[in-house]
Amino acid sequence: MATTTTIVPSGGPVAGSRSFLSRLRDGDEIARLITFLFAASVVLITALLVYELWQGSALPRHQFGLNFFRTSVWDPVFDQFGALPFIYGTLVTSAVALLIAVPLGIGAAIFLAELAPLRLSDTLEFFIDLLAAVPSVIYGLLGIFIVVPLMRNGIQPQLKQYLGFLPLFKGPAYGLGFLTAGVVLAIMIIPYIISVSREILLSVPRDQREAALALGSTRWESTWKVVVPFARTGIIGSVFLALARALGETMAVTMVIGNTPVISPSLLSPGDSIASVIASQFKEATGELYTQSLIELGLVLFLLTFILNGLARLMIVITSQRGSGTGLA
Amino acid sequence: MSARLRWRKFVSAFMLSMTGVCAVVAVCVLFFILGYLVYHGGTSISWNFFTRLPAPVGEPGGGMANAIVGSAKLLFLATLIGVPVGFFGAIYLAEFSGTATAFIVRYAADLLNGVPSIVIGIFAYSLAVLPFKHFSTFAGGFALGLMMIPITLRSTEEFLRSVPISLREGAMALGAGKWKTIATVIVPSAYRGILTTILLAFARVAGETAPLLFTALGNRFWSPGWSQPTASLPVAIYNYAISPYEDWHRQAWAAGLVLLALILIINIVARGILARSVSVSRS
Amino acid sequence: MKRIAAIFLVGLGLAGILLAQGVLSITGAGATFPFPMYSKWFDEYHKKNPNVQINYQSIGSGGGIKQVTEGTVDFGATDGPMNDEQLKAFQEKHACAVLHFPTVLGAVVPTYNIPGVTGSLNFTPEALAGIYFGKVTKWNDPLIADANKGVKLPADDIIVVHRAESSGTTYVWTDFLSKVSEEWKNQVGKATAVKWPVGLGGQGNEGVTGTVKNTPNSIGYVELIYAESNKIPYGNVRNAAGVFVKASLAGVTAAAAGAAKSMPDDFRVSITNAPGKEAYPISSFTWLLIPSKISDAAKRDAIKGFLSWMLSDGQNYAEALSYARLPKEVVAKEKKALSNIQ
Repeated sequence: MATTTTIVPSGGPVAGSRSFLSRLRDGDEIARLITFLFAASVVLITALLVYELWQGSALPRHQFGLNFFRTSVWDPVFDQFGALPFIYGTLVTSAVALLIAVPLGIGAAIFLAELAPLRLSDTLEFFIDLLAAVPSVIYGLLGIFIVVPLMRNGIQPQLKQYLGFLPLFKGPAYGLGFLTAGVVLAIMIIPYIISVSREILLSVPRDQREAALALGSTRWESTWKVVVPFARTGIIGSVFLALARALGETMAVTMVIGNTPVISPSLLSPGDSIASVIASQFKEATGELYTQSLIELGLVLFLLTFILNGLARLMIVITSQRGSGTGLA
Repeated sequence: MSARLRWRKFVSAFMLSMTGVCAVVAVCVLFFILGYLVYHGGTSISWNFFTRLPAPVGEPGGGMANAIVGSAKLLFLATLIGVPVGFFGAIYLAEFSGTATAFIVRYAADLLNGVPSIVIGIFAYSLAVLPFKHFSTFAGGFALGLMMIPITLRSTEEFLRSVPISLREGAMALGAGKWKTIATVIVPSAYRGILTTILLAFARVAGETAPLLFTALGNRFWSPGWSQPTASLPVAIYNYAISPYEDWHRQAWAAGLVLLALILIINIVARGILARSVSVSRS
Repeated sequence: MKRIAAIFLVGLGLAGILLAQGVLSITGAGATFPFPMYSKWFDEYHKKNPNVQINYQSIGSGGGIKQVTEGTVDFGATDGPMNDEQLKAFQEKHACAVLHFPTVLGAVVPTYNIPGVTGSLNFTPEALAGIYFGKVTKWNDPLIADANKGVKLPADDIIVVHRAESSGTTYVWTDFLSKVSEEWKNQVGKATAVKWPVGLGGQGNEGVTGTVKNTPNSIGYVELIYAESNKIPYGNVRNAAGVFVKASLAGVTAAAAGAAKSMPDDFRVSITNAPGKEAYPISSFTWLLIPSKISDAAKRDAIKGFLSWMLSDGQNYAEALSYARLPKEVVAKEKKALSNIQ
């Protein structure tokens, strides 16, 4: 990220100084208009999406109001819909994922940014970028056939045996459930945390760590007490970015979460998340209220990821501006 | 050396090696995924997989030829929608727009980029399935195209902006109009970056499953034309993986291998193109 | 840029080839219960009539009802008949009726995976209702054990598996539980999707079978063929006459025999917990949902053509796939009803 991007003044006085006619002759105005239409269509599509979600969920919004978020009954027979179990499932699986992915991801990012020689760091980063490109359904495939049996036969019985006194690890070892979904999610978001955190750490000015080393810090101390705090906001931003991704993740979660709208303190319990309930029920939902309740869940998911993405971007921008001034996209 | 210093050095070495372990673990996951897919998929892949239609449920044999072609058609449509909008939109942002419009467009693109894929699925269902009264290849391609737009737009804009100002000024000084400058100088010099962007966006949507569930649906036969439901590799993997049939599991692995290979190859090629452009500009 | 243009051209060429096939493509979606039967039928029918291809997606009975009502598919399929409200909704939306055509009969079986138990367990209706209600939680519960003297049942937790999405298999299962348990009827009810008191959700008959197969000490309910083709054990269920019956085609036919004589004109009939010593109690018809008005003449003829083939030759494929063929009376009645599709 050492290359500095040149910001070109857009619109520009150059264009303005020539007569309208000559600009028209060169096709400038036409080009401007055409490209504008394409750019405007992006805004239009996004607006339409928000509108569709809002409009498409009018029925449950009026009928349930805020109770939609407070009730945990999801009963298509009696037309009662409460989003709580799905919100709970989404949050729990994401929390498990972060618990695993954050230390691992930040650890790896520190290694790549601070310790590894540039060449090795770039090579590893290349592999990590590839990891980020693996599609969700492949993670789901591996989840079903590797993680689930491993959880059921290996990890979950052990957890029950040694930590079974905790409410977190009660109930039968299904294999499918919150914990499994969280683990699969963790694997999926680690690459994001690594990539972004590494960029952030690399943008921390050299003199910061050199000053710390000169004052007699060990390498780890200079990293942990100087570099990481300097980059903290940006790293948190990278975690938010990963969290936003985890919240909206659909296929891999649907394949391993157990698809049951339950609120249970036990991580071994099967559950359901917002994205996975939409994936498994949207096509089949009979009745307007049922369908629209699912769309409202989509709206909730959209808003959650929207807020998180916004915060993340803000934090990353703040950090990188505090650094060398090189902008991060 | 005092005990305290020794302890600090030990902590330093220990923690630093732990970070190394983290990095190694993360990278190992990739090799594990690849290895497992190659192992399971490789033994299941056969000529039939590429040439046959699915067999009736429960009967062994058959292949995924229709899903492979279906994915190709979906991606073709997605590119047709996503690339022009992203590309020209980026030109507008980088070259024509005022700050306020640029802000709105960028904001909308970022918003769209963050939309979970399943929500895109709902959107495409209500926009491209319900009004036309059928699930279709078109609706699936539309959903994927929507996902390509913001990815293409934002990075293309970055690459356009990174074209040195001296090049523009040179062209303008020679009397070229703005559009001519863009078409003959700016876009060609950002060409590799833009191509990389398009390839990465393509690879990104190639594996998307959730937006296809309610749009392209699935098909056990060839899908004629564009207005019929179509099979696709990601949806086939999903359906086959959750089925109880050993033979379908086998085919899900094979399909997973094909899909992942495609995506990783495109990624590697794209990064190769970009790396070459960087080394060219450095020399 | 030339390269991209070349790719586009290849794509267009591909599209041209596929367009040129000139096949009539019909889309149906719905029940997973008869999916193996339908996919066999549509395959065979396509072989006999290469210009008609019927694409069937097993998205669940609820999905079949929803999508046919939305008009996004040409026909739907369901294992639980549409209720009056749903029929009315269809009528209002399309200004025509939706017709039920029974295709075959099937049985839903309780399937389980208990390490060490290979034979068929006996289930009383009370035991099944108790397990799915979450009141019977261990395999060695007296409600199960008393009906299975001599079988060594583990003291492990029962892992209950049900369908995640709305489905006709669920309809048949909950229809049966509602008939045998007041408590179930009042608190859960019968529908293609219900609020499950306990358990894990599996996606489709495939998903439930898959989950049961992979999960020790689990119990699920699936269509007979899914249990048979996957070689997982399934239990005998006590019928209304007090006899434990193992699901079989004969048992299903026996359950249908009564209904065949008094079949209502719209074919919507439940045959769970049917009387008769041989009758298997969790049996059901499965239906195709066809709009009574199909404006596209080619599609209409193709669908009618398929239906009449299905009612004659098609029935011969049923037994091989563990479905019971339709009673003669029902076939005759349906052939008459074909003229209602216009």
